[in-house]
Amino acid sequence: MQIGPQRTKAVARVLAVTAAGALIAGSFTACSTDNSGAAAAGDVTINVALAANPQMKTAESLISDFEQKNPGIKVKFTTLPENDLRPAVTKDVATKAGQFDVAMMGSYEVPIWAKNNWILPLEDYANKDTAWKKDDLLQPIKDIVSADGKLYAAPFYGSSSFLFYRKDLAQKAGVTISQTPTWEEIAAAAAKMDDKAKGTSGICLRGLPGWGQNLASLTTVINTFGGRWFDENWNPQLTSPETTNAVKFYVDLLRAHGQADAAKDGWEGCLQKMSQGTTAMWYDDTVFAGSVLNSATPEVKANLGFAMAPTGPANIKSGWLWSWGLGITASSKNPDAAWKFISWVTSPDYIKLAGQKAGWDSIPPGSRTSTYDLPEYKQATAAYAGLTLDSINAANPKQPTKDTVPYTGVQYVQIPEFVDIGDFVSQQIAGAISGTQSVEEALQKGQDYATNAVKSAGYLK
Amino acid sequence: MATTITAPPTPSPSIVRELTRVERWKARGPLLPALIFTILLTQLPFALTLIYSFMSWNLLSNKPPQFNGGANYLATLQDEVFWRSIGNTGVMTGVSTVACIVIGLLLALLLNHSFPGRGIARTLAITPFFVMPVAATLFWRSAIFDPGFGLLGWLARQVGLPAVSWLSEYPMAALIILLTWRFTPFAMLILIAGLQSAPQDQLEAAKVDGAGPLRQFGSILVPHLRPYIELAALLLAMNLIQTFGEIALLTAGGPAYQTTNITYYIYLKGFNSFDFGLASALGVAALLITIALILPALRLLSGIFQKEGRR
Repeated sequence: MQIGPQRTKAVARVLAVTAAGALIAGSFTACSTDNSGAAAAGDVTINVALAANPQMKTAESLISDFEQKNPGIKVKFTTLPENDLRPAVTKDVATKAGQFDVAMMGSYEVPIWAKNNWILPLEDYANKDTAWKKDDLLQPIKDIVSADGKLYAAPFYGSSSFLFYRKDLAQKAGVTISQTPTWEEIAAAAAKMDDKAKGTSGICLRGLPGWGQNLASLTTVINTFGGRWFDENWNPQLTSPETTNAVKFYVDLLRAHGQADAAKDGWEGCLQKMSQGTTAMWYDDTVFAGSVLNSATPEVKANLGFAMAPTGPANIKSGWLWSWGLGITASSKNPDAAWKFISWVTSPDYIKLAGQKAGWDSIPPGSRTSTYDLPEYKQATAAYAGLTLDSINAANPKQPTKDTVPYTGVQYVQIPEFVDIGDFVSQQIAGAISGTQSVEEALQKGQDYATNAVKSAGYLK
Repeated sequence: MATTITAPPTPSPSIVRELTRVERWKARGPLLPALIFTILLTQLPFALTLIYSFMSWNLLSNKPPQFNGGANYLATLQDEVFWRSIGNTGVMTGVSTVACIVIGLLLALLLNHSFPGRGIARTLAITPFFVMPVAATLFWRSAIFDPGFGLLGWLARQVGLPAVSWLSEYPMAALIILLTWRFTPFAMLILIAGLQSAPQDQLEAAKVDGAGPLRQFGSILVPHLRPYIELAALLLAMNLIQTFGEIALLTAGGPAYQTTNITYYIYLKGFNSFDFGLASALGVAALLITIALILPALRLLSGIFQKEGRR
């Protein structure tokens, strides 16, 4: 059938008009504001940036409780994986872009951002909000999210580090793990429990490069062996005898009785191995106790034991200290509403609500003393809650090492340059763990890099 | 009646002449909006990067950006890890490109014949390119490379060999294997197109003349495929240089920066350490090195780019 030229032109014209109309209509919808929550006039929307961990996901799912108690405030969540959250939030607070009102920040970031005036002090809010019970917060955790004695972030959860171990494998190997073990004991136990034929490693330790990956565990080992990152005058101490002994111990233990291909395993890899039963022991964060117990095979679940973080020759308590906190960005236009949200999600009432709705082993742990007094929580987490509390209280971020140091922080050095230094040193350590270079070479390279870094940053004269 | 047979009219010589300037601009005209858009979108950020590279600007230090001359470039030139990452980028890109083309050519030759199940075979061969990079990387990490859980470890144990710790001992090899697996379908598709446009009459003539398959391949197919191979190599190299997700999830650039390429290193300096001045200088230095290497390579490429404006 021949369509004459006139007919084709008419069809084309109709199509063009339809397309133009659709585009114009489309542009109108783009201009309209986002009213998905049917917000009434006068409503305030706060933007919250969160890390994608299970406790935060629970908070998101319980948000209707907050909105009932605070009519007129709507919450918009942006959930990002931890590695993406840090740069996204840093960029926002540093450039005062105003994308977020509330941001989740690690205890490493809080003092730095406070000093730069990128986040608002919460001291006044906390003092006025008596229902929030500021004094209920665990003191060490409160310390690491404060700067100059003022609170700058409300702790969402806090954690330390301790030892996970398999009671059945220990019994089979004829090994007893005490509640306050030494690294020497643990190395001997790992040797006995290591079963290469069956594919079970004696211990799993972090080997993955990253200042928050292998360096977190390693730094606590350095501390408890009597080593330190810098001396009082900021001279790096990576090649000191104590530090070298500590790193040698860690690397040798990992290479002899640790998991195979250790340089690729961060906490994710070791969590997987512990849950699957392919490692007999694991030294890592207390917050994983709940996750391991949830996702472990029945054999592991029934035989999981916990002990304090092992100590070394210097006998320093070596559990680390970490907290994810919520702070108000300096560029927020709704700081009061932002505080209301923060106060809700870090309050004792929220912890009770999360326990009832999501299960007592998945509430945010390690932030308040009252959490550890809840009978239901004590019952559900009897195996590890007491040890978690003891580990947090034993940690001393202001004096983490045997000799005095000019920095604070247990498993990191609280200076902005540490991410850069730490990433470099962690790469070299991973090289030693994988056998590419010796421990001495790795430490010497780290020492040179750290010296340059603190010199150009002005710490070392 | 006598018919006059006249010679057919001589065909007029095909008109090949250079276009006039006006005609050339008429041909380019409709492309201008797209070109201006591309220039704005790529060159404005590049200009900013160039400016930042001459400043000392660390986001965390809270000091405003200050002009510091060529200090960032000096630091870049003296940075051992920078040169290491350039070397790694070269090895990663070069070996993966060659492997992709060789394996892609093999697969293309095989898939060019018709056999029962060819449709399924082709789909399976193309799939690696369309799997999400993150999912693919995590899968390879746990289910294939892991000495305890993984397929390669299991195979090794069946044969009685010790399982290789791929990501600790041979991280670059593991990365290249992963990248080759992901990008071979891309090369294969381009080469299948090339094979299907192969001059069948020449091949038949060669067969009649007694040429075996190897001779046919070497003397007829390869010269015909040359522009396709070059195109595939160019596009592969362009994609492989930007490898980031695979490195971040497989080895985190390690151990000891063995698998850090320039893209990952710039990410570490820019978004971990937040040193935007240094990261910008690294980016510009990497660009200059890339241009220096690509220009002679582009000169060698024949037949892909035709001269503009011929009719």
